[in-house]
Amino acid sequence: MNIAVEIDALPREALPAASEAGPASKRIVVAYGFWIFILSDIVMFAALFAAYAVLARATANGPGGAQLFSQVSVAIETACLLASSYTCGLMSLAIRSQRRVGIYVAAGITFALGAVFLGLEVREFADMIGRGATPQSSAFLSAFFTLVGCHGLHVTVGLGWLAVMMAQVAIKGIRPAVERRLLCFALFWHALDIIWICLFTFVYLMGVRS
Amino acid sequence: MDLLGKLGWSAIPLDQPIIMGATGFMALFIVFVLGWITVKRAWPYLWNEWLTSVDHKRIGVMYIVLAMLMLLRGFSDAIMMRAQQAVAAGAAQGYLPPEHFDQIFSAHGTIMIFFMAMPFVIGVMNYVVPLQLGVRDMAFPTLNSVALWLTASGILLTNISLAVGEFAQTGWMAYPPLSELQFSPGVGVDYYLWALQISGVGTLMTGINFVTTILKLRAPGMGLMRMPIFCWTALASNLLIVAAFPVLTATFAMLLLDRYLGFHFFSIDAGGNPMMYVNLFWVWGHPEVYILILPAFGIFSEVVATFSGKPLFGYRSMVAATMAICVLAFVVWLHHFFTMGASANVNGFFGIMTMIIAVPTGVKIFNWLFTMYGGRVRFTVPILWSIGFMVTFVIGGMTGVLMAVPPADFQLHNSLFLVAHFHNVIIGGVVFGLMAGYNYWFPKVFGFKLDERWGKASFWCWFIGFYLAFMPLYWLGLMGMTRRMQHYDNLAWQPWLVVAALGAAVILVGIVCQVVQLGVSIRDRERNRDATGDPWNGRTLEWSTASPPPAWNFANLPHVTDKDAFWSAKQRMRTKQASLAKWGKYGPIEMPNNSATGFINAFFAVIIGFAMIWHIWWMAGLGIVGALVTVLAFAFRDREEVEIPAEQLAQFDRAHPVEVMA
Repeated sequence: MNIAVEIDALPREALPAASEAGPASKRIVVAYGFWIFILSDIVMFAALFAAYAVLARATANGPGGAQLFSQVSVAIETACLLASSYTCGLMSLAIRSQRRVGIYVAAGITFALGAVFLGLEVREFADMIGRGATPQSSAFLSAFFTLVGCHGLHVTVGLGWLAVMMAQVAIKGIRPAVERRLLCFALFWHALDIIWICLFTFVYLMGVRS
Repeated sequence: MDLLGKLGWSAIPLDQPIIMGATGFMALFIVFVLGWITVKRAWPYLWNEWLTSVDHKRIGVMYIVLAMLMLLRGFSDAIMMRAQQAVAAGAAQGYLPPEHFDQIFSAHGTIMIFFMAMPFVIGVMNYVVPLQLGVRDMAFPTLNSVALWLTASGILLTNISLAVGEFAQTGWMAYPPLSELQFSPGVGVDYYLWALQISGVGTLMTGINFVTTILKLRAPGMGLMRMPIFCWTALASNLLIVAAFPVLTATFAMLLLDRYLGFHFFSIDAGGNPMMYVNLFWVWGHPEVYILILPAFGIFSEVVATFSGKPLFGYRSMVAATMAICVLAFVVWLHHFFTMGASANVNGFFGIMTMIIAVPTGVKIFNWLFTMYGGRVRFTVPILWSIGFMVTFVIGGMTGVLMAVPPADFQLHNSLFLVAHFHNVIIGGVVFGLMAGYNYWFPKVFGFKLDERWGKASFWCWFIGFYLAFMPLYWLGLMGMTRRMQHYDNLAWQPWLVVAALGAAVILVGIVCQVVQLGVSIRDRERNRDATGDPWNGRTLEWSTASPPPAWNFANLPHVTDKDAFWSAKQRMRTKQASLAKWGKYGPIEMPNNSATGFINAFFAVIIGFAMIWHIWWMAGLGIVGALVTVLAFAFRDREEVEIPAEQLAQFDRAHPVEVMA
């Protein structure tokens, strides 16, 4: 009659509950563990966001976000990073179908987009420091440089990781261990996007409003 | 001297006889141990079987050894403080100058929390959790080894600060603005920060590893609601690690940026906000106390059930209480500083949440009492620690609820009442729990029981010594004595402080009894040998394998059909008159390779930390390159696992005819 009855009618012993199925496969264990790491990383960013929120108005009579942020540059950065997530997704598809050339091309574009993002961010930082808005000049700028810089550091690590993974694909081939690491890299890269969306919203969009 | 940054010969406090004495003693001890290993030609054994081991059991033992050494170090600090406060009244100045006394209480807190309690708890979890889950290792064995050695790096850096430079004089929380460069220009705070950053990364890795292991690697049939309570508490504790330690990392990173690059997070000028540090610190710090106490609760649950010969009363309520504490741990942090000046509503909220968190803890106490009620309690050493805990912890919990009332806290804040309270819950809860666990699982780890008589003597000394040492502090707090006083003028305090010092001496006797207990037990190990693997008539899976267990724990993974999996299997075997011999087929199994990655990586971590502390930038760069190369070498390794042939498994099981599950 209804679904509940149907389920009750099933023999109890048919399938063990998912939680009773025994140890999970290595792929699941690795990806799950990496998810937990990403969550912990997001908690670290949460602490930095909280510090930024507390200090956002503590400009010590210096410039605030409205005077400093260039929205055009940040928009290009955002476009680069989001596009690199798309190409990272293409890389995952190429891995699944074991096409080595596809992996290299997708990884290359991902790397290039990430590098452009990083370059623009470094230019933004250099520009601000050139105008005297250094992280030492106010608590607001300390928090800004740390929060955005921490994300930039993650992107830098990601680029290094991607380069190492391409070396592994070239040397070791697409074996299960390499596939698992590429899976983790993809998770990492997409998570950086999520954090950037929050940065874009809370730091840049809300920062120029006031 | 630019090449060596701030480091010079003046960094070694040659004019301080107490510090140099302690350094000399430590150096002699290290030389003796290294010499002994060399004479015994034990280096290859040590390297192959321990230092590079990725076996969760070996790693657990090494954590506990580190923790016990640090217990001695932290306790010598305690004895020195008690002695100083017992004499430094009125005209007498005592034997410790203020700057040294300040380092001692900072080091005591830092070492006891981060390098005694944490490694001990993590060590016990490492040893026991995979065995209780019925699996062969952790989810990430090499990461486990890396985490252990990063913890060891932090410990090493903290202890180097004794001989080279100084330790923080800021208290173990290192509150700014005192911990800012302006007011603490020395390297003490830098030692504190780098040691804790490095070991904190290790702890985070441990947290990720355990959460993944417990949620994804369990023996077939072991649903979540069939897990032993210790695994539940380990899960809660590690969820807290994953959610809380990143906050500490971020907070310390901000303070480091303030100190090294002149940022203004917590400074008193340019808009910095010192109270933000205090908030962030306790957002980590309050969950941290539950990270420590929850596994202790788990140990008590196992011990009480085993020695009462009954299943744990209220398993589901125990799980619910554990997870409730896990969540509530994040909404009580402000009770550490009601005096901050937040509004009455904010203080009221956190006060009430603090009182609420006492409820699940009360549920647990009743569960243990009802487990014992009607059981045949065997008064072994572990159960003595458990009963001692229940009495002591209830008192500590009640003084905690007292301080959860903001107006009362305004009086008691930073007084010795607070010091008495948190020692009451940490010693009476965490330390008693760890001691219970140590006595309970020792026969599993080494195959022979610990001596009962010396164990009991140790318990009673600790128990009585604790009350002597800390009950006077409650009273002193009410009399108005604040914490961390190197000297005081009020002579009415002195008698109570003398009693407290006597109490510390009684605890010292307890520690000596423990050392003797270990020595006597090793001497009499043949008499105390346990051939069954199940010396206490245990209930959970770790008792179903040999003592000590083989590297692979279980040749065939057990199939779990019930809570208290081993107990119910024993019941079934009894009713079916089944033979206790091993049956079943053996297949070859894969075990992870040993790896030197953790050890080498930690070596470079020490280099990086030391170089950063002393501003030796080139050396820090070398350390980073070294660590990077180590990780890359690991990533490009060719052989990941070794295969253990079926014949070896069968041979081991034939040699150890223990009760093995179907």
